[in-house]
Amino acid sequence: MRGLFLALAALVAALFVVSLLTGPAGLPATDSLRALALGGDGPLPIVMREIRLPRAILGLAVGAGLGLTGAALQGYLRNPLAEPGLIGISGMAALGAVIAIQTGLSMVAALALPLAALVGAAAGVALLVALAGPRGGSVTLILAGVAISALAGAGTALVLNLSPNPYAASEIVFWLMGSLADRSMLHVGLAVPPMALGAALVLSTRRALDALTLGEAAAQALGISGPSLRWRLVAGTALIVGPATAVAGAIGFVGLVVPHVLRPWVGARPSALLPASALGGAALLLASDIAVRLIVPDRDLKLGVLTAIVGAPLFLHLIWKTRSGGRV
Amino acid sequence: MVLRLSDLSVTRRRRPVLHGVSLTLFPGEFVGLIGPNGAGKSSLMEAALGLIPFTGQSSLAQMPATDRARHAAYLPQAREIAWPVSVADLVALGRIPWPGGGRSGLDRIATDAAIARMGLEPFRKRTALRLSGGEQNRALIARALAQDTPLLIADEPIAGLDPAQQLACLRLFRELASEGRTVLASIHDLGLAARFCTRLVLLAGGHVLADGPVDAVLRDDLLRRAFGITVRRVETPDGPAILPL
Repeated sequence: MRGLFLALAALVAALFVVSLLTGPAGLPATDSLRALALGGDGPLPIVMREIRLPRAILGLAVGAGLGLTGAALQGYLRNPLAEPGLIGISGMAALGAVIAIQTGLSMVAALALPLAALVGAAAGVALLVALAGPRGGSVTLILAGVAISALAGAGTALVLNLSPNPYAASEIVFWLMGSLADRSMLHVGLAVPPMALGAALVLSTRRALDALTLGEAAAQALGISGPSLRWRLVAGTALIVGPATAVAGAIGFVGLVVPHVLRPWVGARPSALLPASALGGAALLLASDIAVRLIVPDRDLKLGVLTAIVGAPLFLHLIWKTRSGGRV
Repeated sequence: MVLRLSDLSVTRRRRPVLHGVSLTLFPGEFVGLIGPNGAGKSSLMEAALGLIPFTGQSSLAQMPATDRARHAAYLPQAREIAWPVSVADLVALGRIPWPGGGRSGLDRIATDAAIARMGLEPFRKRTALRLSGGEQNRALIARALAQDTPLLIADEPIAGLDPAQQLACLRLFRELASEGRTVLASIHDLGLAARFCTRLVLLAGGHVLADGPVDAVLRDDLLRRAFGITVRRVETPDGPAILPL
């Protein structure tokens, strides 16, 4: 188990460095890292500190957040098909961003788009709390999440439908595919603090998620408070998924596939799966973000498209492998 | 006194399920909760633990959640194991209420003792979901034992076990009682309940119909009122056999 964590941490660290060294400028590695650490004159420190560093940090944070919330929601719902988008927050964040693009707000200020996405995410949380209430069970939460996702999807479709010109429409479609290109330290400052808070909240549910292995009644009898667990999970997930969607767009499959792949390696215990999935998610997203820059550097392949292309067959393979066992 | 319920009533969806139940359990008792399906046995256990809303008093439900979990272990009727965890990890879940998070020396001792007591050593490393239903049941009982509480509340612990395992489970509960712990278990097999329990509580229609020593509860008139059946008692060298007719 410790070996797995060390290996994942080493992989994430290596991919983080490779991500810093990957780009169209084709800069020498040692000079780049020296410029990043020590600064200096010329374009090199600016490229490293203002372009590549925020991209690598966001890849790390968004990937870790998606892996962590995916594992937590699967543990809470005791369903391996749960994923971070399930509770509707990412859909609402995307709707906020799409409205910002449509109204031209995103052209006014650099942070107007992510801020609008955060407003959308907050509206999603308010709706979720109003629908699922303080006393609903996990099923109420899923149903409310599905309803909110459907609503956000309809809103996004409506905005696209009413889009006055094809440029706005194509910009919306491309944004929805998810990307980490051209993000600044402002995006990092906006997204990472709430995500760190959310991660702390989600990680505080580890023991409770372990207890839920035995079902809700047995977990409650083990001293786990259902409402407190749900509150921490919803708030933590929203604080991670909202900002992640705001700065990176919709990136699917990371939160679904990573916990799946890692579950057998941690003995299926949710408490161990949470940190493992955070590391795994970071590794997968950093690797994908490196790949989009290497595969077709001149065509701007979108990150969300790549994670779906890689994730969906991986998921199919897992289903194929576990099919004989009768359980996923 | 390990558990005191006084005037406990439960209403679910405007339908009264339990009505004015009073019950006190003492150390060293193995109390069999008997009664027809739908009599409110499970509701009684859940309300006593404070898992469902009720009116009246339960000494257990009044405790803070962690203290309660260190005082009473609960084996629900629905035997859920959500993830393919190993038997050892499953049993260690019983240590969640205790400091140490299941990994301290004390936790390991309690976990190992529970595994040994349920004869699960050969299954230790096996995935709990790949065991048979009866073996899973034993692993879940071991989980409750690992919680190391003065009181064990078990909802139909022997349902689905083979005869040998039924006997082993009830013998174990009797042993726990003789060690000074208290066991409250709902049991459908009247003969086994009569042989192993130190005291029976007969529940019917949400009321306690009878509460006391085995002979005082398994009376013809009471059983007819509760189950609508008569029973034949056959005294054997190994104890009474009870045959429902």
